[in-house]
Amino acid sequence: MSAYLVRRLFESALILIGITLVTFVLLYLVPADPARQIAGRSATVETVQNIRDQLGLNDPFFLQYWRYLTALFQGDMGRSYLQRAEVSELIATRLPASLLLMVAAIVTELAFGLTIGIVAALRRNKPVDHGLMIFSFVSISAPQFVIGILLLYVFAVKLGWFPIGGYGTFAHVVLPAVTLGFLGAGWYSRMMRSSVIDVLGQDFVRTAQAKGLGKARIILRHVLPNAILPIIAMIGIDIGLFMSGIVVVESVFGWPGIGQLAWQAIQRVDIPVIMGVTMVSATAIVLGNLLADLVAPLVDPRIKMK
Amino acid sequence: MNQPVLTVRDLSVQVATPSGAKMVLEGLSFDLRAGETLCLAGESGSGKSMTALAIMGLLPKPMCRIAGGSVKLGETELVGLSDAGYRQIRTARVAMIFQEPMTSLNPLMTVQQQLSETLLEHGACTRAEAPGRALQLLRDVQLTEPDRRLKQYPHELSGGMRQRVMIAIALACDPEVLIADEPTTALDVTVQAEILDLIRDLQRDHGTAVLMITHDMGVVAEMADRVVILRHGCEVESAPVRDLFAAPQSAYAQELLAAVPRLGSAPPRPAKPQGPTVLKVDDLTVRFDVTGGLLNRVTARVHAVEGVSFDIRAGETLALVGESGCGKSTIGKALLGLVPWQGSVLVNGRQTRGMGPARLKPVRRDIQMVFQDPGASLDSRMTVGDQVAEPLLIHGLASGSELTDRTEHLFRRVGLSPDMMARYPHEFSGGQRQRINIARALSLSPKLIVADESVSALDVSVQAQVLGLLQEIQDEDGLAFLFISHDMAVIEQVADQVMVMRLGQVVEEGARDAVLRDPRHAYTRRLLSAVPVPDPTQLRHERIETESLGSPIWPAGQGPEKLHLNAVAPDHRVAV
Repeated sequence: MSAYLVRRLFESALILIGITLVTFVLLYLVPADPARQIAGRSATVETVQNIRDQLGLNDPFFLQYWRYLTALFQGDMGRSYLQRAEVSELIATRLPASLLLMVAAIVTELAFGLTIGIVAALRRNKPVDHGLMIFSFVSISAPQFVIGILLLYVFAVKLGWFPIGGYGTFAHVVLPAVTLGFLGAGWYSRMMRSSVIDVLGQDFVRTAQAKGLGKARIILRHVLPNAILPIIAMIGIDIGLFMSGIVVVESVFGWPGIGQLAWQAIQRVDIPVIMGVTMVSATAIVLGNLLADLVAPLVDPRIKMK
Repeated sequence: MNQPVLTVRDLSVQVATPSGAKMVLEGLSFDLRAGETLCLAGESGSGKSMTALAIMGLLPKPMCRIAGGSVKLGETELVGLSDAGYRQIRTARVAMIFQEPMTSLNPLMTVQQQLSETLLEHGACTRAEAPGRALQLLRDVQLTEPDRRLKQYPHELSGGMRQRVMIAIALACDPEVLIADEPTTALDVTVQAEILDLIRDLQRDHGTAVLMITHDMGVVAEMADRVVILRHGCEVESAPVRDLFAAPQSAYAQELLAAVPRLGSAPPRPAKPQGPTVLKVDDLTVRFDVTGGLLNRVTARVHAVEGVSFDIRAGETLALVGESGCGKSTIGKALLGLVPWQGSVLVNGRQTRGMGPARLKPVRRDIQMVFQDPGASLDSRMTVGDQVAEPLLIHGLASGSELTDRTEHLFRRVGLSPDMMARYPHEFSGGQRQRINIARALSLSPKLIVADESVSALDVSVQAQVLGLLQEIQDEDGLAFLFISHDMAVIEQVADQVMVMRLGQVVEEGARDAVLRDPRHAYTRRLLSAVPVPDPTQLRHERIETESLGSPIWPAGQGPEKLHLNAVAPDHRVAV
């Protein structure tokens, strides 16, 4: 177990270093010049050059990358070009809001997705099933900003049940979390539906019936625990999906999280902040997968950690 | 005679198909008395499993339904019973065990949980008593180390152990009727013998009535008091077991019994001229790594095949026999380069060791394989004609009208009409599909055919026809066969030479008559004595003792002790 954990953490660290390299190369190749952004439109060529020198942007690529990596290993993620703050501080102040949103969204999508999937599977090929699958198809296809704005219009503007934007109370979380979880709910309902249908056809379910067990017990004790297994691995991967959604949803709802931070940084080529946000989301994805792999053997005795 | 516990009258079952309702069981009637074993025998599609599911109220809904008739358990009428009514009957009064012990238990629950659940559902004991009762049930089914088994999950148990657990669950509430649907079909022959002994013992102790469903006339002869033979959903014959085997009345029963291979009755193999050696295998070893630890190092190895040597001459059949996991199928795969191997394999005098896929391609022309599952071996979205022609195309041996001609010839060769070439696999029966697979294997005019359990999935009558076809092909073309099977009776019919394998090594080899009629190794004897004899007057006397086979997995750096074969006769070698 501990040997397994050490190996997986080591692998995760390697993956993260790989990601720093790829991101760094991509940002290096971006045609926009951060120095020009800092200096402003009217600045002279000399001023821009000075800034470039100060930031070390004229150094060869590998020197820049090495400098970044060594600093990163000492816990220094650099300083924002545009905001007078350390990147780590910027992220630290915004991360809790994003984590809260993410947890709320995961709860939402699992609650909706799994319930819909189970109901659809048990009412397979009946009108209820068809209706739910149309809903899940819509939720997968609809862009998040459309869903977000639609929810805002109906529930915040027209009905006034929830605040239009901002951060602070439980009521603030509801709409962004539903928007973010909407897509996932669609995916999970489809996966859960086919997983439950698959398990319902297996021999041990017939054994359970032959034992004389009731329908509720067969479903709760025999079908669902087996049907949920393939879903667990998906939740780990899902965190990646959230990271892209969070940028959109946080802008729509004015949610002060790292998605918003990333969006501002990308617009203004604030390279250290972009790098920092990328690293945080990459870490979240890697840890999410690791967590899913660690949970799987607890649920399924056939999986051994090795 | 005592009152019947189960009375079935005019039972009919209907299945909804796209072309309308179809009767899969029509007007079946029988009585089952306490302490008695009734066998429902028949080939696939005869409706025997449908009968079991109909009695249990487990017919797959909404496709199947009971169309008429009555099933009475004592005084209770089961047809038309509500779900709640059936729940009180199932396992409490009528219990069932299934064919697939590997998948019939919930993989996420321990043995104890699955047993207690049954006990508690029917109020057979209190929650506090459940663990003790579960333990006692495991003792009753003679499971080794019952205390430890309670805490284990199904995947930690072998097929035979899982079937014992299934029997323990079935007998948890001491039912009046036990329905056993092909309970030993998926098991090795020695395990089958153990399970059959167990069912008989438990029946004697509890006076349970057993309804046994099987396609195996050997099992029928061994277990049944009375037999009902079914075909296409109708009863063909019903008789006490001795009468049936002594003098079957219906033509179908006569055919069925005639097709059953009987161990020890196969005619002598014709003497053949010594052909050239087609395949020479020396010291073949296949090991699979088991990795683990911090750096993913090899911690153990599965020694699937250990230093096996043999050769096959043209026109000769070598049979590889052994129980599951003995490495017999792995040898077949190694010969075609489908698994990594060490040692030496000479095909037609050409060394294939170390060959890449490109260089192996011409060698593969000389060795072709016919697999166990005739349906799964064919692509369901490709016409059978194209599938038979494909090897010729891949090897660039024919095209255009020549390709069509050769494919037509192959179809005639295996007894199919060339008109069938444009059809898809689902339009054929199992036996026809296996003929198509044989045609595909023959398309490249190979020197050797590896037949891996090629007739195991077929009904006996079809099995006899396919074996006849293979023999005919061998006689005409002088083809060599490597015939891999677990079925001793089939092997006796086809083999010139026999190799008995256990845990990856050969324990006995030699001419067929030497090995099968004068077995010297204890394991060969055990295998042979476990085969059920399709004759109720000649029952197995000795009981098969439960014996652990051991494991082919060894820690890295260790391995099994190499067995040495000693000649006991000119063509008969036995491991010491």
